[in-house]
Amino acid sequence: MNLTLRVWRQPGPSVPGRLERYEAADISPDMSFLEMLDVVNEQLAVAGQEPIAFDHDCREGICGMCSLMINGVAHGPMKGTATCQLHMRSFTDGDEILIEPFRAGAFPVLRDLCVDRTALDRVIQAGGFISARTGAAPDGNATPVAKVDADRAMDAAACIGCGACVAACPNGSASLFTAAKVSHLGLLPQGQPERLRRVLRMVDQMDQEGFGGCTLYGECMEACPKEISIDFITRMNGDYLRASLSAGEPRT
Amino acid sequence: MSIELNARIPEGPIERKWERAKFEMKLVNPANKRKHSVIVVGSGLAGASAAATMSELGYRVKCFCFQDSPRRAHSIAAQGGINAAKNYQNDGDSVFRLFYDTVKGGDFRAREANVYRLAEISVQIIDQAVAQGVPFAREYGGLLDNRSFGGAQVSRTFYARGQTGQQLLLGAYQALEKEINAGGVTMFPRTEMLDLVVVDGRARGIITRNLVTGAVESHAADAVVLASGGYGNVFFLSTNAKGSNCTAIWRAHKRGAAFANPCYTQIHPTCIPVSGDHQSKLTLMSESLRNDGRVWVPKQKGDQRPPNQIPVEERDYYLERRYPSFGNLVPRDVASRNAKEQCDSGHGVGPGGYGVYLDFRDAISRLGEARIRERYGNLFEMYQRITDEDPYHVPMRIYPAVHYTMGGLWVDYNLMSTIPGLHVIGEANFSDHGANRLGASALMQGLADGYFVIPLTIGNYLAQGGLTPVTEEHPAFAVARAGVEARTARLLATRGSRTVDSFHRELGQLMWNKCGMARTAEGLREALDEIPRLREQYWRDVNVPGSGDSLNQSLEKAGRVADHFELAELMCRDALHREESCGGHFRVEHQTPDGEALRDDEAFAYVAAWEHRGDDAEPVLHREPLAFEQVHLTQRSYK
Ligand SMILES: Cc1cc2nc3c(=O)[nH]c(=O)nc-3n(C[C@H](O)[C@H](O)[C@H](O)COP(=O)(O)OP(=O)(O)OC[C@H]3O[C@@H](n4cnc5c(N)ncnc54)[C@H](O)[C@@H]3O)c2cc1C
Ligand code: FES
Repeated sequence: MNLTLRVWRQPGPSVPGRLERYEAADISPDMSFLEMLDVVNEQLAVAGQEPIAFDHDCREGICGMCSLMINGVAHGPMKGTATCQLHMRSFTDGDEILIEPFRAGAFPVLRDLCVDRTALDRVIQAGGFISARTGAAPDGNATPVAKVDADRAMDAAACIGCGACVAACPNGSASLFTAAKVSHLGLLPQGQPERLRRVLRMVDQMDQEGFGGCTLYGECMEACPKEISIDFITRMNGDYLRASLSAGEPRT
Repeated sequence: MSIELNARIPEGPIERKWERAKFEMKLVNPANKRKHSVIVVGSGLAGASAAATMSELGYRVKCFCFQDSPRRAHSIAAQGGINAAKNYQNDGDSVFRLFYDTVKGGDFRAREANVYRLAEISVQIIDQAVAQGVPFAREYGGLLDNRSFGGAQVSRTFYARGQTGQQLLLGAYQALEKEINAGGVTMFPRTEMLDLVVVDGRARGIITRNLVTGAVESHAADAVVLASGGYGNVFFLSTNAKGSNCTAIWRAHKRGAAFANPCYTQIHPTCIPVSGDHQSKLTLMSESLRNDGRVWVPKQKGDQRPPNQIPVEERDYYLERRYPSFGNLVPRDVASRNAKEQCDSGHGVGPGGYGVYLDFRDAISRLGEARIRERYGNLFEMYQRITDEDPYHVPMRIYPAVHYTMGGLWVDYNLMSTIPGLHVIGEANFSDHGANRLGASALMQGLADGYFVIPLTIGNYLAQGGLTPVTEEHPAFAVARAGVEARTARLLATRGSRTVDSFHRELGQLMWNKCGMARTAEGLREALDEIPRLREQYWRDVNVPGSGDSLNQSLEKAGRVADHFELAELMCRDALHREESCGGHFRVEHQTPDGEALRDDEAFAYVAAWEHRGDDAEPVLHREPLAFEQVHLTQRSYK
């Protein structure tokens, strides 16, 4: 099939960008979306032009590196699918496709379609862990964990940290990302000692990074390639409230 | 400089060696640890766990990765699980059995002492991961669940749905972020190591390129740890991530680190077949599928009927036929080679005839679709997303793909390379898997190395003293930096007619044909002839658009592919020299009458460690003999 692409090109973080038009000819429906971009990039390189920069690595929907807004939708039209797993059979011959970076105040564009998502790492740094020094752990079966809790923790832990929730949110909030980690750890017995301190610190860091507030639009859940439930945000808000009220929880 | 291979295996009975080594190690006084700095290249299971743990101990750590976040290292993609000799299932597992299986599975080409330590440490890894909040699968009673994996006769594999690597890596990543927050680790994402700096014969730093600004920078330290993963992408198409590459270990090799067993590559039997010329990578379907799926091809060559119309009598369940006791669960190398033979002899299915069926029909009628969905739902979905076929109703098509590299930089028992101070952990070293790795044991090795071995052995190295103060101002850094800059400039200045990817594809195809699942002396000689020619053409005719002072993905790839060319040649040389078949290395000339790998223990029970002697000189082979005192050398049999 033949497609027309309108792609965001921006040479660097502090240079203005704009949309450019490219023709993608002879695209096979079996190609992945990124393989289609590979084809376009090969043609650009042969023509002596600079290929379109886009982030990707595993191409299996698990590393969270790929990050495109496709026709205004984070990761494109297929639900529960990261860009790298989207195939061209989701499009029709003659389509025009708009390709932009994940946009958010906290995600500055580095070049073309690549953005800086290190703010998400800093939210984890603030408290998204269990302090278990190497070597100090009791036997793995010392504390049984109810299967429902383990499964629910795994549902939250499935987050790939791509930032689609942020890009999809009208407020640019990172609440789904943060809630997923708060819930993953908070649902497990091992995560209890730091539970309140964790949620306070992570939410505060999220605010400091310039992510917007959550008004429960639900766009994040629609865009999430792992279909993480917005219920975790409600859970996080509950924990946050409890933590704020409980005196003596140091915030820093 | 000449290399001396001293494995430094501790004295004593095998089950006491690690304990003894730990006792004999020199220790760094707690107050002094802060004065030592360590560079860790890589943030996968091996690198993240090492960086976090060394920081916990008090060392000052700098950690590097080329992705935008340490959490995206390719360990994230591991699906199936991690082995540990916990014997929670009471099915007869033990440290000794895991050790035995790993040595045998590796076709007797691994170092016994290392493998024993790995099996010993495996149990601590699970404890550590649980304490960090890794949400392993649980039974209804709340205890950890296990499954049998990759042909093991016991259930010793721990898993977190189909995302075990992701969850283990997030555990290590979170520990790393905790240490970044505490100030013990400085993280450098989107930063690529392009050279190793050696001062007075010791590894003292690295040269990096900032992938966003293009800045070439120097980093000095007291020791360097490489945890940069495997080199399967030499083949262009593999199950590795697009960015996985050999540059870190190859640059270190050129600075004096011996490269061990480069030809040992693992070809995984259950991957989704290639769909066209546009193919950019291959997708692994977890090996656990072979627990319930049956592998077959049509008996009749070139049979074009849809699979469901081929009656059972006209199907060849060739693994069950040839290996009655292991059936579909034979080790990876055996399963892969058999699939290739079936396709080469005209029995393959799907476009191009390079595929075999993995059929769940019988399992679905035995267990019901719901059970199968519960076990493999996410894998079936992934398959359907890629192929547009529904595996609940049509058998999957699978074909082998390059997956893992057992070879890597040579290390001693303490995981130190032949360059003092340069340590290598995880898939980047050669240490524990011999000529073939068993399923669910790479995650185990990466974390054993990172959490439990290197944090101690690095101390042993540092405590021995003799380290003179070295900073980035040392002239060796300026020299190495100038080399990196010149290479980058040369790649950018060539402005030839072919893209980096077109060369990489050509190299990959050549390696797949000549140094893939079945190798011949003739084919390897041809490859050794063609690779230098292609490499020479590369440097003359490659087209790398853009500049060096900004984010330039073509330039990143160009440097990696240049190194892939050089490593490819060494892989072929190693494969040619090893006149036997073992594990993933199958030399057509060396097989039993019924087509199985035929080892030559008299001549080849050794680690082949290659020394670089300059770009224009032949590499020199050094041998580390392997002694098998616990597991007796036998021909592997899965019949
Ligand atoms: C699809 C797939 C499924 C698998 N499933 C399983 C499984 O079920 N069980 C199992 O045991 N094993 C499995 N494996 C194997 C296992 O995942 C890997 O061997 C292991 O995770 C490697 O870990 P590592 O830490 O050594 O390297 P990686 O995780 O690959 O990490 C490499 C790190 O090095 C960095 N790096 C590399 N080069 C440079 C450079 N020049 N400069 C700076 N940084 C650099 C990268 O950024 C990255 O952070 C699987 C592998 C694949 C590909
Ligand atoms: S490239 Fe890894 S999730 Fe898309």
